[in-house]
Amino acid sequence: MNPFRDGFDWAQRSIRRIRLETADAPPSGLMLPLILVALVMASALYAIAIKHESRRMTGEMERARVEREKLQMEWSQLQLEEAALAHHARIESAARDQLGMSEPREYVILQQAAASRVP
Amino acid sequence: MSRRGKNTQIKAQPVPAWRRRMVVAVLGISAVLVAGRAFHLQVIDRDFLTREGAKRQVRTVTLPGHRAAIRDRRGEPLALSAPVDSLWCVPTELLGAPEHLAALAKVLKQSPRKLTGFLRERGKRQFVYLERGMSPDEARRALAIKAPGVFSIREYRRYYPAGEVAGQLVGFTDVDGKGQEGMELAHDSSLRGIAGSRHVIRDARGRIVEDTEEAVPSQPGQDLNLSIDLRLQYLAYRELKNTVSRHRAKGGLVVVADARTGELLAIASQPGFNPNNVSDRRPGRMRNRPIVDSFEPGSAVKPLLVAQAVETGAYGLQSLIDTGDGWMQVGRLTVQDIHAQGKTDLRMILAKSSNVGAAKIGLHMGAESVWQGYQRFGLGERVNTGFPGESSPLMRHFTKWGEIATATASYGYGLSLNGLHLVRAYAGLANDGLMPELRLLAKQPIGLGRQAVSAKTARVVRQMLESVAEEGGTGTQAAIPGYRVAGKTGTVRKVAVTGGYDAKRHQSVFVGMVPADNPRLVGLVMVDEPTVGGYYGGVVAAPIFSAVMQGALRLLQIAPDDCGVDCAQPSTLPQIAMPAGMRADMEPRS
Repeated sequence: MNPFRDGFDWAQRSIRRIRLETADAPPSGLMLPLILVALVMASALYAIAIKHESRRMTGEMERARVEREKLQMEWSQLQLEEAALAHHARIESAARDQLGMSEPREYVILQQAAASRVP
Repeated sequence: MSRRGKNTQIKAQPVPAWRRRMVVAVLGISAVLVAGRAFHLQVIDRDFLTREGAKRQVRTVTLPGHRAAIRDRRGEPLALSAPVDSLWCVPTELLGAPEHLAALAKVLKQSPRKLTGFLRERGKRQFVYLERGMSPDEARRALAIKAPGVFSIREYRRYYPAGEVAGQLVGFTDVDGKGQEGMELAHDSSLRGIAGSRHVIRDARGRIVEDTEEAVPSQPGQDLNLSIDLRLQYLAYRELKNTVSRHRAKGGLVVVADARTGELLAIASQPGFNPNNVSDRRPGRMRNRPIVDSFEPGSAVKPLLVAQAVETGAYGLQSLIDTGDGWMQVGRLTVQDIHAQGKTDLRMILAKSSNVGAAKIGLHMGAESVWQGYQRFGLGERVNTGFPGESSPLMRHFTKWGEIATATASYGYGLSLNGLHLVRAYAGLANDGLMPELRLLAKQPIGLGRQAVSAKTARVVRQMLESVAEEGGTGTQAAIPGYRVAGKTGTVRKVAVTGGYDAKRHQSVFVGMVPADNPRLVGLVMVDEPTVGGYYGGVVAAPIFSAVMQGALRLLQIAPDDCGVDCAQPSTLPQIAMPAGMRADMEPRS
């Protein structure tokens, strides 16, 4: 009914059984330490694998970090470059001197009807 | 064993008990020794060994916290930090490799002989900068030579892409990246990044193999968005600079503000400086005049006086004031007009900027009422923009005003303000009496402002101010085709060194708003001591106002309100085909 209660009962039963087995049948009692040894070995190997993986990932993160730093550097330089190229004084001199443009000072304002408006 | 058995032919005897005990004892002692040693290492020496191990493997890496950028309201950068590399060397090592030195000199664009001399002079030192603040690419090329004893370190330099255009406002930092002036100083703590650190384990090849837990993340600073629009700022800067040099003036200022929100869209000040250039940072040039400098406002306060007169009901639109033949005696003071006006109304007093008229209004209303009128428009309070060094206004209490002080105060002498006070007061007139708080930062919550005068009064005064820029007014050059301009000129005599007022040194002022019907922008222009080509506010300052505001109206796509017969009533969603149509919305780009 209650899964927790069931699990608890099962655990209690198993412990009792193992106790009985070890007490009654010494040869089969050897099984448990062997299993435990195998588990210890497996977990040790697994720990090594995990450690290795973690180091590999640390290295990867480090590379990513350096990459990010590099990209940030590039980004700020590009922003500066853009700002320098788009400086109003530069644009203005290019427009006035090279392209011969001038600001509209005198102009006539026409009002379009709402229907004929071009989006 | 068997051989011994063969040779001696002795029958195996039982092992004596002492041998067994001996073996057990030796083994026991060894076991104790091993256990003892292990205990010593694991328990007693543990801290020391851990420390020593950490010394060899664990390294602290600092994580730089970058200083944030300052941007304008549309996201254009005004101040940015970018990495630079500084090249340093150990002179003795580098001098030992002449062929490398020659190659390095080429990259550094120096003659090898000069570089050798430079290093010989500093031969005893262990650390000499070869060049500071190189671009990372250049530094990489210099390092590629692999000259012995040459290294680089990463540093950050502050760049100001707008340069002189917004120099005084943005300010600058010192070599260590600490704010020294302007907004860099005012918001230093939020702009500054906090460096973090992490402890890492390095392997024999110097690679980071593990992060330990004690890491402090770095905190980059927070970007600052100013309320400034760089396009308008450039326009204001350009027009002001041209005018200052054309009139050989000592300096000047231009302020443009959004009349409704109180956001300052442009603050230009001359003389200027380029913050990228350290040698350009001279005190007189770094002053942000509209905020830091105080001056007597002169005629520019007359509309505020008239607003008070209308608000209190002392005068109405129809009231006539006798200005006589242009002069008036108040105690020892002689008030003078340039042209005699005779009997005239409030509108003409403003249009012609009559001192006699203003003095008469002031004297009739009394010191308290005049003072109160100025207080309404915040002339007695700080503007509180948060800009470092903002000047406080100076206005004595009306109880200390005599008749002369009341008369002079009526036309703007005897009190001192900074430029922003005028802008704020005129924003009050522009915004139907609701005077907004001036702000330097975008995204700042809009303050509640204050109702300076009633909406009706503000509209009446605004209509009067339109005649200033119309035919017959003092500020006709402030007119903008297609728009109705409301404004006021001012020509202020400066206080002479000897006391009294100097007849030759003036400040030319124009302050106004557009479009007059429903103002969106308020602008202030002040030119300090023009020496060539006139000194009247209507001649020197008004043309800048016109040029800057016309550009601003176009860039911000504010609809014209005075198109003569061509355009219909402005109530039907005005869609205006602008020449050189630029898509210019107020939204940030990104």
